[in-house]
Amino acid sequence: MTGATVRTAERRPAESEHLFEVTDLRVAFRRGQTEAVAVDGVSYHLDPGETLVLLGESGSGKSVSSLASMGLLDPPPAVAVSGSVRLAGRELLGLDDAAGSLVRGRQIAMVFQDSLSALNPCYTIGFQIIEVLRTHLGMSKRAARAHAIDLLNRVRIPDAARRVDDYPHQFSGGQRQRVMIAIAIAAEPEVLIADEPTTALDVTVQAEIMDLLADLQVERRMGMLLITHDLGVAADVADRIAVMYAGRIVEQSPAEAIYAGAAHPYTRGLLASVPRFDLPRGALAPIPGAPPSAGAFPAGCRFHPRCPLATELCRQQEPALLPVPGFERASGPVRRSACHYADEVAGVR
Amino acid sequence: MTRYATRRILELVIVFLGVTLIIYALVFALPGDPIRALGGQRPLPQSVIDALHERYHLDDPFWQQYLRYLGGLFHGDLGVDFNGRAVSDKLASRWPVTIKLALTAWVIEVVLGLGLGVLAALKKGKWADRTILLVTIAVTSIPVFVLGAMAQLVFGVKWGIFPVAGTTKGWPMAYVLPAIVIAIFGIAAVSRLTRASVIENLGADYVRTARAKGMRSRRVLWVHVMRNSLIPAVTFLAIDLGYLLGGAVIVEGLFNLPGVGNLLFTSIRAHEGVTVVGISTVLIVIFLVVNVLVDLLQGFLDPRVRHGD
Amino acid sequence: MTESLVVLESEPIEVGGRRRTRGEVWRRLVRRPRFILSLAVIVVLIAISAFPGLFAGLFGNGDPTVCDLSDSVIGPTSGHPFGFDVQGCDVYANVIYGARASLTVGLLSTAMALVAAIVVGCVSGMYAGWPDSMLARLIDIFLGFPFLLGAVVVLTSFSTRNVLTVSVVLALFGWPTMARLMRAAVRQVRNADYVVAARGLGAGTVHILWRHVLPNTIAPVLAVATLTVGGVMVAEATLTFLGIGLQSPAISWGLQLATAQSKFGTSPHLLIFPALFLSITVLAVVTAGDALRDAFDPRST
Repeated sequence: MTGATVRTAERRPAESEHLFEVTDLRVAFRRGQTEAVAVDGVSYHLDPGETLVLLGESGSGKSVSSLASMGLLDPPPAVAVSGSVRLAGRELLGLDDAAGSLVRGRQIAMVFQDSLSALNPCYTIGFQIIEVLRTHLGMSKRAARAHAIDLLNRVRIPDAARRVDDYPHQFSGGQRQRVMIAIAIAAEPEVLIADEPTTALDVTVQAEIMDLLADLQVERRMGMLLITHDLGVAADVADRIAVMYAGRIVEQSPAEAIYAGAAHPYTRGLLASVPRFDLPRGALAPIPGAPPSAGAFPAGCRFHPRCPLATELCRQQEPALLPVPGFERASGPVRRSACHYADEVAGVR
Repeated sequence: MTRYATRRILELVIVFLGVTLIIYALVFALPGDPIRALGGQRPLPQSVIDALHERYHLDDPFWQQYLRYLGGLFHGDLGVDFNGRAVSDKLASRWPVTIKLALTAWVIEVVLGLGLGVLAALKKGKWADRTILLVTIAVTSIPVFVLGAMAQLVFGVKWGIFPVAGTTKGWPMAYVLPAIVIAIFGIAAVSRLTRASVIENLGADYVRTARAKGMRSRRVLWVHVMRNSLIPAVTFLAIDLGYLLGGAVIVEGLFNLPGVGNLLFTSIRAHEGVTVVGISTVLIVIFLVVNVLVDLLQGFLDPRVRHGD
Repeated sequence: MTESLVVLESEPIEVGGRRRTRGEVWRRLVRRPRFILSLAVIVVLIAISAFPGLFAGLFGNGDPTVCDLSDSVIGPTSGHPFGFDVQGCDVYANVIYGARASLTVGLLSTAMALVAAIVVGCVSGMYAGWPDSMLARLIDIFLGFPFLLGAVVVLTSFSTRNVLTVSVVLALFGWPTMARLMRAAVRQVRNADYVVAARGLGAGTVHILWRHVLPNTIAPVLAVATLTVGGVMVAEATLTFLGIGLQSPAISWGLQLATAQSKFGTSPHLLIFPALFLSITVLAVVTAGDALRDAFDPRST
């Protein structure tokens, strides 16, 4: 596998328009007799230089969908994955270990949330970066080491030449996250998935990490899929936002459109629950109730038990993710929402 | 770092003194007069008994005897038994047997223990795993002398592959069977430990990261998982070597191998206090040294420990 | 003793994690066939220990002391399924009656060791500083002791070696392992939020220990305790084999094994039946302990 030859994945001529395209992805976990559907028919896409934010609470299925795309979930029968995930026209689902390992880390990479447990405690971070360089780019040991130091410099780790031989536990949380980013971008992937990269960090460190990611994305024209539950983080970097709830996408819109006026009651609820300085102080406004767990989704619209606008129609019929009337463009629908009353919701100020 | 080291050394000294003191006290409190016992059937004349008591300071208060003993230790003198032979000489003649036995058993433990443990972990839930788990528990439920007797009978008498007892055949033939019997418990422990550790590490987050980096499953297993998983087993094996060097009394007795454990046992029964204390002291020193080495080993294997977690 | 214990204690047990309720643990246990089977065996053995006469009489010759030298060493025959021993006594009856001694030593010894381990472990774990250091050193000292040496020396000083004395000696060597475990667990839990919160509300140390620390740390120690019962039973047999355990006229499996060992070649039945009973008992105890540990483990399914 490793060696002087540079490993490149086969590239078929582009069949679709987008760099990264997820179509009707469905992920079900099976244990014994019970099956829990974590991701239920989800579609989104990503283009070079673009940032799509997958926004949702814990249990919405956002992480699972990206793990499925990367082929990091357990094999069947424990986990059943169907649908399509294409990267530069090439299908990623169903790749075996050999084919998958050519793509992972090389064309599509992932940054995880908990950097301490995500890094191997027994190897230096230099080793863990060099591993990527030598496996995917076929570099020599010396070249790889030099390149690793470069990468550490790029992600703003001070004293990189010395710290390349340090172990993960010798870094602070923010620095470790930078190391993870360095590992992820080492082989120059086209798509970067960042799964809650800043959730475990202080706010100031959060900002630095997000800046770094934004810089790198521009510099390398990567498509970035950012998974988060934090509206503030999303607001900073998102070009488009896909809001997930109970395994489905309930709203997909450009970022400004959502913050200007969301087209789904759930998104509205999320926005309203954020405490704001500029409004008079009062009680916090959470969304009542709790998200349903996989396997126990309500009938009809999955959000209806918690929705202040729910009607009989909502209880009976599950709304499809449809374009929101009034927002069409020549290039195609810009906004989609899975609500029977999307236009009203969006129009309400 | 030096503060930590000095603390450890201080603790070692305390443990050493504590254990030797207790041993000395216990042996001292053994009923029966060793000098009289030496005489056997013929009662020794009182004058002889008195003279020997005088010679071995047996009438001195306990503390004096203990301190004198400690003093002798620092000169490498383990004392002289009641027959006039130096304890260190007796030990020296016994060590080679015990060392050969210990090392043979240890190597068997390492190979089979680690091998079976990894196998069981990789085939978790399947029949290979279940069999290994069952056999390891079953084997530790049987007293070692029963196992030893059965091994002797089957492999020694019935099939005649190995000698039943004695060291006449030399290494390896005379040592293989007893070594296996001794190693069985170690194999059981190491394999279970390794199995649990590998299973735990297979589900670790860093494994997911390694796969996300495009590392192939084989590499993830042998480079990433094993490096972490073998730490507990290696630690155990290091400690176990210390125990093994103390000699396995029962197996040595069963197979008639003149080792250190055997000597310890016979000396106790014969009220040979000096020998008992001498051997025990050496065993304790070994134990303490092994402890320190294991600590260092852990620091070497696990970078988190190295940097003072 | 150290060997068999170490085998099964060697696996890491998680402490202070999500604590399972008693109902949860029981339900998980009951679902496993291993546990049901081993529990059944243990119940049967306790019954045998409590009412040996009942079981011994099953084949019509239930008195272990009725011996006829002319029957010496005869193998299994009708009415005497396990045959006769060297003195012509019925082996089956002896094996049945032997259960009581072995099981008692196992349980008694472990109970004593457990109490000592909990006390020392809690005190040592809760109070940092020199009480902890001293107790930790004490634990180390006992662990550093060559087990055999201590056992032999102590036992030789006792003129009578009965179930009680042997249990005490074995407890003396069993407590440090559990104490060390307890201490580690307490130290882990002592800084937990709920303990700090309890202190903040003014709870005294004893109260905290009893209500908060103990329930959360006892699980792994209990699991090891069951394993200890098995280990002690094997150790007693070994000590008796060496001639320093129980003495005749006590009836114990260890004694039977000791005398049978030299005759193994010619009369295997003398060794096999007591060995089988001992091994199955220990196996059952240890399997139950294993299942117990699994049930407590927050990480397993």
